[in-house]
Amino acid sequence: MTLPLLTPADLDTDREVRWCPGCGDFAILAQLKQALSEAGVPREKLVFVSGFGCSSRIPYYLNTYGFQTVQGRGPAIATGIKIANPELQVWVVTGDGDGLSAGAGHLIHAIRRNVDLKILLFNNEVFGLTKGQNSPTSRVGTRTKASPLGSIETPLRPLSLALAAEATFVARTVDVDVHHLTETLLRAASHRGTAFVEIYQNCKIFNDGVFDYATDKSVKEEHTLHLEQRRPLIFGRDRNMGVRLNGVVPEIVQLNNGNGNSAGSSNHIDDLVIHDESGDDATLAFLLSRLSFPEFPECFGVFRCVDRPTYEGQLLGQIAEARQAHGPAKLDELLAGDETWTVA
Amino acid sequence: MAAIKRTPGAVPPESVPPAPVPPARVPVEERAQATVRFAGDSGDGMQLAGAQFTSASAHAGNLVFTLPENPTEIRAPAGSLAGVSGFTIHFGAHSTRTAGDRVDVLVAMNPAALKVNHPALQPGGLAIVNADAFAPDEWTKAGYDANPLEDGSLAGVRLAALPINKLSRAAIARIKLSPREAERCRNFFALGMVYWLFDRPTEPTLRWIRAKFAMNPAVLEANSLSLMAGYRFGETNPVVPFRFRVPKANFAPGKYRKLTGNEGLALGLVSAAHRAERPLVFASCPIHPASELMHEMAELKRFDVRCPQAEDEIAALGLALGASFGGAIGVTATSGPGLSLQSEMLGLAVMAELPCVIVDLQRGGPSTGLPGKTEQADLLQALFGRHGECPLVVLAAATPSDCFALAYEAVRLAVRYMTPVILLGDLYLSAAAEAWRIPAVDDLPAIETPHLDANGSAFQPNLRDQRLARPWAIPGVPGFEHRIGGLEKNVETGYVSSDPDNHERMVHLRARKIAQIADELPALAVAGPESGDLLVLGWGSTQGAIQSAVERAQTSDLAVAAAQLRYLNPMPKNTAELLSRYKKVLVPELNGGQLSLLLRARFGVESIGLCKIQGEPFTVGEIEMKIAEILQSKT
Repeated sequence: MTLPLLTPADLDTDREVRWCPGCGDFAILAQLKQALSEAGVPREKLVFVSGFGCSSRIPYYLNTYGFQTVQGRGPAIATGIKIANPELQVWVVTGDGDGLSAGAGHLIHAIRRNVDLKILLFNNEVFGLTKGQNSPTSRVGTRTKASPLGSIETPLRPLSLALAAEATFVARTVDVDVHHLTETLLRAASHRGTAFVEIYQNCKIFNDGVFDYATDKSVKEEHTLHLEQRRPLIFGRDRNMGVRLNGVVPEIVQLNNGNGNSAGSSNHIDDLVIHDESGDDATLAFLLSRLSFPEFPECFGVFRCVDRPTYEGQLLGQIAEARQAHGPAKLDELLAGDETWTVA
Repeated sequence: MAAIKRTPGAVPPESVPPAPVPPARVPVEERAQATVRFAGDSGDGMQLAGAQFTSASAHAGNLVFTLPENPTEIRAPAGSLAGVSGFTIHFGAHSTRTAGDRVDVLVAMNPAALKVNHPALQPGGLAIVNADAFAPDEWTKAGYDANPLEDGSLAGVRLAALPINKLSRAAIARIKLSPREAERCRNFFALGMVYWLFDRPTEPTLRWIRAKFAMNPAVLEANSLSLMAGYRFGETNPVVPFRFRVPKANFAPGKYRKLTGNEGLALGLVSAAHRAERPLVFASCPIHPASELMHEMAELKRFDVRCPQAEDEIAALGLALGASFGGAIGVTATSGPGLSLQSEMLGLAVMAELPCVIVDLQRGGPSTGLPGKTEQADLLQALFGRHGECPLVVLAAATPSDCFALAYEAVRLAVRYMTPVILLGDLYLSAAAEAWRIPAVDDLPAIETPHLDANGSAFQPNLRDQRLARPWAIPGVPGFEHRIGGLEKNVETGYVSSDPDNHERMVHLRARKIAQIADELPALAVAGPESGDLLVLGWGSTQGAIQSAVERAQTSDLAVAAAQLRYLNPMPKNTAELLSRYKKVLVPELNGGQLSLLLRARFGVESIGLCKIQGEPFTVGEIEMKIAEILQSKT
């Protein structure tokens, strides 16, 4: 057994961590340190990039290279870093306000290019640092200072957006499930290409309890479904409910037996959707990304994980090819161009 | 490899006899300089003819300045006014710093080309016109009510109307070509005719044809024959009963090439990154006219030029800035609308103190404005168009050669001082070309980075060297892990700070860092007397027109000088003192008076503005007239 390169404490800075008491960001920071200590990347090769907002303070609290930038522009800056030096492991920390308002354009373009970035979107369904306005993921009816009569906008589904942008890795986790959070971050860290992770995060001050249905022990198992590769979609405290497709429409079915041994039942476990994160087609992942409370359980885990060449890998590949085809670059030849004349 | 077929009986191109020595039987008009414009339909090969004439003139020992005029429409209908393509060459012994005010010789391949360019022709200028293209439906399409070759509308023009299609076809009759291929040779006939007119050497063009069409011997021979036929036609027919002689220029010895503004920018950026031994990340988003630079850069992959295409100009600068943080030379190029989008990101670049270069090729604005026309109205935006106290370096290139020098300088300053640098050019400058003496790579200035404290354990990113530049600590190096960002930082520790006094100190520090770059800048130089009656002060691409106008004005008794600001922020240290040595200061600019405003604000100098906002560069005559007016009012 080799010693870990890093311990979580190695990633501490001497800065005071400043979020509101009870903020979900504390748990995410702690599990991020845990995951990084397990991921085996040396500290100097880690770069954290953020935009602006509560989540975007993360780079200041990690003793790695870090760059807090401009609202929503983190993915663009991170892409530049990766192009300059593909050896670095670059993380982008964003939120629903940062990443899906000003940053929506940059987010989808980073994802579609498959830049090797780990993008963590802390979704608390509200603008926090600007003191509580509805965000692009706020549910219809959400009352904030900016929407005192309730939000009238249809919210974006971050994972559906990422999948529509041809994401190669898409996962969802939640701040309070620390083991799942660490596991998911480790999966993201090991993916080559854009890894997009939505983290449900409770904003104690401006949107407290918005994910209670998925985190409250008394009800969460009825409302969440943990994805497992090549396993049927089963959920519920008694594991007696499943999701199957009726044509292209998902529906919840009651299984006669939680273990699936239901001979003679019309709701057989074999009829349930089998999860496949690595399928060529993203349609299943997209369908799962749309399952929402209260009609459906919301899925957690890895929705999609496929291989595709990275952007920076291809970009540098073209440069290597050009260098091979033209021989070593000679600046004096470039300056001279095709046609010269000499004045004596 | 495809077999190369020789057309039976064709004369190998190498055996085309050289042009005969100019016979003395036609009168020769001596010109210190001349302007030729090739104009025709988009498909007529006018850019090619212009480029070849440029090379031939350079070989003949002239100074050259060229300007292409491409149609604004992507595919305009054949023969339409919108489809006219032109290429202007101003060449001579001296003073060819612009594309020339008026045209001495116009080659018009169709009625539309004549219609568009006739107004630019000098009184008494020569128009060589392809008479074969003047069928009634063609001149109607060009907006003529009657055939302009016959109705007297070209009075005052020396007209040489030739059946260029027929003459060219006859010259290549023995070569088997498709009708389309045969038709495409006619630009060479016209070119050959102009070569005769100005006594240009044909060999460089024949050589070019041989290289270009090596895989297509029939076309190779046809083009060569058509060129030489044009030349001999001039020689043996009295249709143009005179020739021009343009003496050689006095060039400094060295190796030269033709350089456009865009090429200058591309080469300057690549050279600087090469010298800095860092990859160049050139991130941009398509926008006219900066896309041309993007295309240049995309061809330079073998020099480790990495060219991501961004989703918008904000992302383009973000990519460049991220690349700089990652240790590359981050560059973006855009035009006015893109620079507007980048304002916020420029603030981050100033705050984070990262090196990056933003090339702004200005065009007519505001908004979409005149995307196909030139202007100089982004100066104040470049200097001040950000929130907060946000100083950065602003440079403006004066000539295509200067595009090289200042692109290189922009990278050098950005890296040395850890600052964004805006380099202003414009549409006119980016397309213009001139002869450029190729520098030796070893003579290029060193690209220095601020000293990085090797004591990693104590590293903090806000330490400064004697020039106030903070270190460039690049991710990947153990011991230098640090965090930077858009939040104000403590002047000593670099930690986030919202302390009021600290903020003021940081504002002053950032301002001082940029201001004291002036200590190492070259003094503002004047062309002409060191003091006197009038200084004509410009910035950017107006240099050619200003210097030519001042040169002409220097024949008067009054002391007139020219100076061009290339460093707009900071300005050379002697700027104020220099301005004070002249009784009056004239500032020609292609905007509403932005430099004038700046001179008043910075130095309390009241200048006389000459503002032109028509999407066109100054003519020499316009500035000359203004100079004369000022000097007259004085006497």
